[in-house]
Amino acid sequence: MSTETLKVPTMAEMMASGKQPDVLFWVGCAGSFDDRAKKITKAFVKILNKAEVNFAVLGTEESCTGDPAKRSGNEFLFQMQAMTNIEVMNAYEIKKIVTACPHCFNTLKNEYPSLGGNYEVMHHTQFLKSLLNEGKLTIEGGKFKGKKITFHDPCYLGRANDVYEAPRDLIRKLEAELVEMRKCKQNGLCCGAGGAQMFKEPEKGNEDVNIRRTEQALEEKPEIIAAGCPFCNTMLTDGVKAKEKENDVTVLDVAELIANAEDL
Amino acid sequence: MNLLDNIFFALLLAAGIGFFAFNVKKLIRNIKLGKDVNRTDRSSERWKNMAMIALGQQKMVKKPIAGFLHILVYVGFVIINIEVLEIIIDGLFGTHRVFSFMRSLYDILIGSFEILAALVIFAVVVFWIRRNVIKIQRFWKPEMKGWPKNDGNIILYFETVLMLLFLTMNAADYTLQYMNEANNHYVQAGTYPISSFIAPLFNNLSFHSVEIIERVCWWLHIAGILSFLNYLYYSKHLHILLAFPNTYFANLEPKGKFPNSEAVTNEVKMMMDPNADPFAAPAENSEEEIPEKFGASDVQDLNWVQLLNSYTCTECGRCTAECPANQTGKKLSPRKIMMDTRDRLEEVGKNIDTNKGVFKEDGKQLLNDYITQEELWACTSCNACVEACPVNIDPLSIIMDMRRYLVMEQSAAPNELNNMMTNIENNGAPWPYNQMDRLNWTNEA
Repeated sequence: MSTETLKVPTMAEMMASGKQPDVLFWVGCAGSFDDRAKKITKAFVKILNKAEVNFAVLGTEESCTGDPAKRSGNEFLFQMQAMTNIEVMNAYEIKKIVTACPHCFNTLKNEYPSLGGNYEVMHHTQFLKSLLNEGKLTIEGGKFKGKKITFHDPCYLGRANDVYEAPRDLIRKLEAELVEMRKCKQNGLCCGAGGAQMFKEPEKGNEDVNIRRTEQALEEKPEIIAAGCPFCNTMLTDGVKAKEKENDVTVLDVAELIANAEDL
Repeated sequence: MNLLDNIFFALLLAAGIGFFAFNVKKLIRNIKLGKDVNRTDRSSERWKNMAMIALGQQKMVKKPIAGFLHILVYVGFVIINIEVLEIIIDGLFGTHRVFSFMRSLYDILIGSFEILAALVIFAVVVFWIRRNVIKIQRFWKPEMKGWPKNDGNIILYFETVLMLLFLTMNAADYTLQYMNEANNHYVQAGTYPISSFIAPLFNNLSFHSVEIIERVCWWLHIAGILSFLNYLYYSKHLHILLAFPNTYFANLEPKGKFPNSEAVTNEVKMMMDPNADPFAAPAENSEEEIPEKFGASDVQDLNWVQLLNSYTCTECGRCTAECPANQTGKKLSPRKIMMDTRDRLEEVGKNIDTNKGVFKEDGKQLLNDYITQEELWACTSCNACVEACPVNIDPLSIIMDMRRYLVMEQSAAPNELNNMMTNIENNGAPWPYNQMDRLNWTNEA
């Protein structure tokens, strides 16, 4: 896989050449800086490029949505971040946003409107599904045909916003065997990272949440644990390592599954 | 019955309902101590939620066994209350089985009350076994020690005794209906599919003895119902009434949407407006209120729906059983958040009662004295507790309001979170990476 061919226009470049993208790809902090999450970002961009989606990123003009600040209780910092981002996006006349991070998705979709940021916001799995429906993207079995895949529902995509089917539909398109965990959809167990837990050590207890969730996933004996969130991805990858199963089970984002299936 | 009986009955009824009304007034006053929040919009959706979730028990049956048993008790209780109406009319006017003129309909009613009563006893026995013999985990968490545990069992005993009194009363009545006695006012009415099996016990007794049994059971049954009504306010059992308003007023927004503080919005706008004069005096008659504090450290800082939630909670523990923090041994239990909120609210209410209507500072608050910071910081905000609650209680919103107080009023976040927030402030990401490097991934192999 080479990255040389990635086409990632920025909003500033677009504007300079008098163009307007159809959709803004909100990369997010994890997607921009975290080594594991950057792979998801690239996989998603490859699909966007292949489907010839007219998109752009904010690049250096993007800043944290403020989600972890708000969930920590720092409403002031959250709103500072939100209003700064809204100012930038409104100046570019953004109408539609897609993001691969459910936390960014939730915040942009639900908490920005009352602060003046009104956009159509989609999670990347919803967006990929719509590309599929519009015939701009085709997914065939490829290398995941027949493989046992289980999907971990991110809390901020599932319970928080009732999106359960888009990621599953995509996995089914890969002709993979989708197996559900005992706790899934509305009853899914958190990976342990939400509510700003990602950035701190857990409180004293007798187990870590990500280990508990990984155990639930491993019960289904999957070859792949699919995720739709960079934080869940990290937590589950760590869980699989802790269970010494990294040779048998891989944790992949739904975007990576699709990009890899096509050998993009 | 003689006139004295009727007067005594009327007094008993008035006292029972009157004292309950007195406590309901207090309950409403306590709930109104909460901050205002608008939950009267989208009324058709709200009615629908109430119909499906409270009336229709939609979320209860997600756990099929407990859900089914609960429906038995719930339907039993609602339907058997038609019988209570007859008892009240009989008691007030000295009639006996006043509805018996309905003939075959009456037979059906009494017959179904009896079958439901038997099913209620069955369900209650299974509930008792689940709590005390099988020891289902969620009933044995630390917050369930002492009163909450006893409360749960007392309610089960209460319900069993009420149903047994009802059936014994019917058995005696049924026996009396077929006894040869001058001026027998026990009319032959009703069918007795269950109590006809109890009736043979009275075969060798005199008319007078059976009549005493019937009267005693009749009086104890109605007295028991009035006591149970008044027990509600002192127990976790208010949900049988409050589940209805609670589901009506519940949050209708997506669960991930946390409210934005308007007071903060005004301040942030001011900071970002280059023309704003930060030293300007607030405009006269300005509608903007500067809140006395951000977030919540005590019950008065919560909104009234959160306080209603706390009275509605019946401590079933489904929230706690689903909580990822609790499952992995952390101190946080969403049920305890609700129980603590109610206990503190009751304490504040009593304080107001003893101080002639004004709250006198008591050196205590919900934060630290009831809910510890360790509990609050263990939450992943995953909404599992909110999803699990059969009556749409929202413990997460209380946790978030209290975190807001800790951070905005006391700067008391865990150190790692302070670092994260400093990073966001300085470089727009929770980690110490430069905002100018946000596009570096495009050039990395």
